[in-house]
Amino acid sequence: MSAARSLFDKIWDKHLVGRRADGRDLIYIDRHVLHDLHAPHAFGKLNKAGRKVRRTDLTFSMQDHSVSVLPGRTEETYAEGTAFVRAMREGSRKNGVRVFDLGDPDQGISHVVAPELGMVLPGATHAVPDSHACTVGGLGALAFGCGTTELEHILATQVITLNRPKRLRVTLEGQLHPHVAGKDVALAIIAQLGVAGGRGFAIEFAGPVARALSVEARLTLCNLTIEMGSRSGFIAPDDTVFNWIAGRPFAPIGAQWDLALAQWRHLFSDEGAQFDHEMSLDCSALGPQITWGTEPSQVININDRAPDPSQVDPSRREAVQRALTYMGLEPGAKLEGLPVGRVFIGSCTNSRLPDLEVAAHIVKGRKVAQGVTAWVVPGSSQVKRDAEAKGLDRIFTEAGFMWGEAGCSMCAGTNGDTAKPGERILSTTNRNFENRQGRAVRTHLVGPALAAAAAITGVITDVRKLEGL
Amino acid sequence: MQAFTTVTGIAVPMIEDDINTDQIAPLQLAKGLEPDWGELLFKRQRLLPDGSPSDHILNRPQYRTPSILVAAHNFGCGSSRESAVWCLAGIGIRCVIARSIADIFRENCLQNGLLPIELPQMDELEAAVLASDGGSPFTVDLPSQTISHGAQSWSFEIGASDKLRLIEGLDEIGLTMKHEAEIRAWEAKTAQDSPWLQEARDRRLS
Ligand code: SF4
Repeated sequence: MSAARSLFDKIWDKHLVGRRADGRDLIYIDRHVLHDLHAPHAFGKLNKAGRKVRRTDLTFSMQDHSVSVLPGRTEETYAEGTAFVRAMREGSRKNGVRVFDLGDPDQGISHVVAPELGMVLPGATHAVPDSHACTVGGLGALAFGCGTTELEHILATQVITLNRPKRLRVTLEGQLHPHVAGKDVALAIIAQLGVAGGRGFAIEFAGPVARALSVEARLTLCNLTIEMGSRSGFIAPDDTVFNWIAGRPFAPIGAQWDLALAQWRHLFSDEGAQFDHEMSLDCSALGPQITWGTEPSQVININDRAPDPSQVDPSRREAVQRALTYMGLEPGAKLEGLPVGRVFIGSCTNSRLPDLEVAAHIVKGRKVAQGVTAWVVPGSSQVKRDAEAKGLDRIFTEAGFMWGEAGCSMCAGTNGDTAKPGERILSTTNRNFENRQGRAVRTHLVGPALAAAAAITGVITDVRKLEGL
Repeated sequence: MQAFTTVTGIAVPMIEDDINTDQIAPLQLAKGLEPDWGELLFKRQRLLPDGSPSDHILNRPQYRTPSILVAAHNFGCGSSRESAVWCLAGIGIRCVIARSIADIFRENCLQNGLLPIELPQMDELEAAVLASDGGSPFTVDLPSQTISHGAQSWSFEIGASDKLRLIEGLDEIGLTMKHEAEIRAWEAKTAQDSPWLQEARDRRLS
């Protein structure tokens, strides 16, 4: 009998094509999805070198980063993005790659669309020239965010060259309270592990809390793996995942489905599998999380206070003070009650139907507070249609939200959507770096529930204290 | 890819943890598909809101064209944008030395002939860089795995495969294509035992 193996080892070994002379492993990429911000450069380099896309049938292009999300948008609505959208379209056509263009019923953020279409499957490998490729780990896929040159390499060869990462297992114990979801769990892990704690590791999220999460919540949790410093994070797939995938447009059917399912049932870490590092987190005491600072590890329970630099370890004092200053917070400040200028619900982290349902449930019958600019940007055109079929768009627009078209929007602002200098924003995105959402913008990362609550009260609010929920 | 053997030049100290690629390459400020990458480097910090230069270290005369950047922990975290490396290369930086470097950024360095050095213990080097204040050059030599400054020197570790690829300036794709037969064999085998991996068909279209 073979030795106990971790899920990571099973997927890696299955995709190991060979070892290069320089010692690197060649890992086959089953599904490669490109986006408009980085693919044009890679197509350019590839064609200049006279090379072709090896597997056009396993490669897809998505327009998401530089597209406007304003209602009625065209490729010209955001003038600076037009060149990217066109270069992406032309590069894809010329190289024989299917592009999910503006107006396509499946256009959206790649990390939302690829799972939604069943393009990415359990046990498969996936690459995107975007660090949040890890999102699809929620389906039990092994994903790698990559750079432009790596992207070109995958286009030409269909393999990525990597040094084998180490294995980290994060076991999530306990049970989640109401209003505490995937995003909160992810932020709590980052608080414990730090933004570099996962460097060099592939992370498996395990334990009863991971098992109990919906597929969408698993995608949210895995989305933030890169914020732990890891390229890849995943959850062993189970019936929750298999049932979710069945019947999706790219999912196998008939005899192939049966065969796939039989193999997928082996996708778990064997009893006694070795990990290079283990960590556990009891999620039972967890409240809704909110970041107070300028990196995702600077996070607290909504009722807690921001740190006081004089109380923290001297080595961290300066960084804490600097983050407080940038965020416009006093040492030890309470976040609850702080006025917000803007709320953004969207991004590959929290823009799927259940995220919008959580927010709509809170918003229903209420109004966006005066002085607050509030946006909901669905992660995909499919999510948008599903939400509209349920009437969520009307709940949002009647309350005073902008209801957008699918795209990345204010997450990284590469489509020109940014907040105003100095503005405080509650955002369901994944990075609260200085200036990420515009110059001097103060970003607090939260889940959809806290974002919705702040939109209607105009201040940072513990959703659990709202009446009538 | 540009090969890397040795570089001698000014080392600029940016001794800070978690400098992310949004800071290094603020793409929101980039104009068009091929902006001036060097000009974009740390642009948010280098310019004041009114467009005039700030007191950022890269704006000081002695640090206009550094060859080496020295940081602290987790340099290059965040977004996978390779433009972060292009921006550094845009002002002539060939080597990043830090206590630790984020995975994807480190990979992107290797793809562009930029040497990423991780030196967990670098108090002395850090002090030397700060003290020299751009007044005297540092040399990084990859074959001997040493960094030197005057009479001082430090050694560093780097994986054999990464070293080889930098020194030879290897054509990555060419190197992998030597394994063409293995790639084909893998595809054929997988088409047999897990056919759904080898085809991504939209059933609505057929
Ligand atoms: S939503 Fe944000 S993090 Fe996600 S792919 Fe778009 S820009 Fe990247």
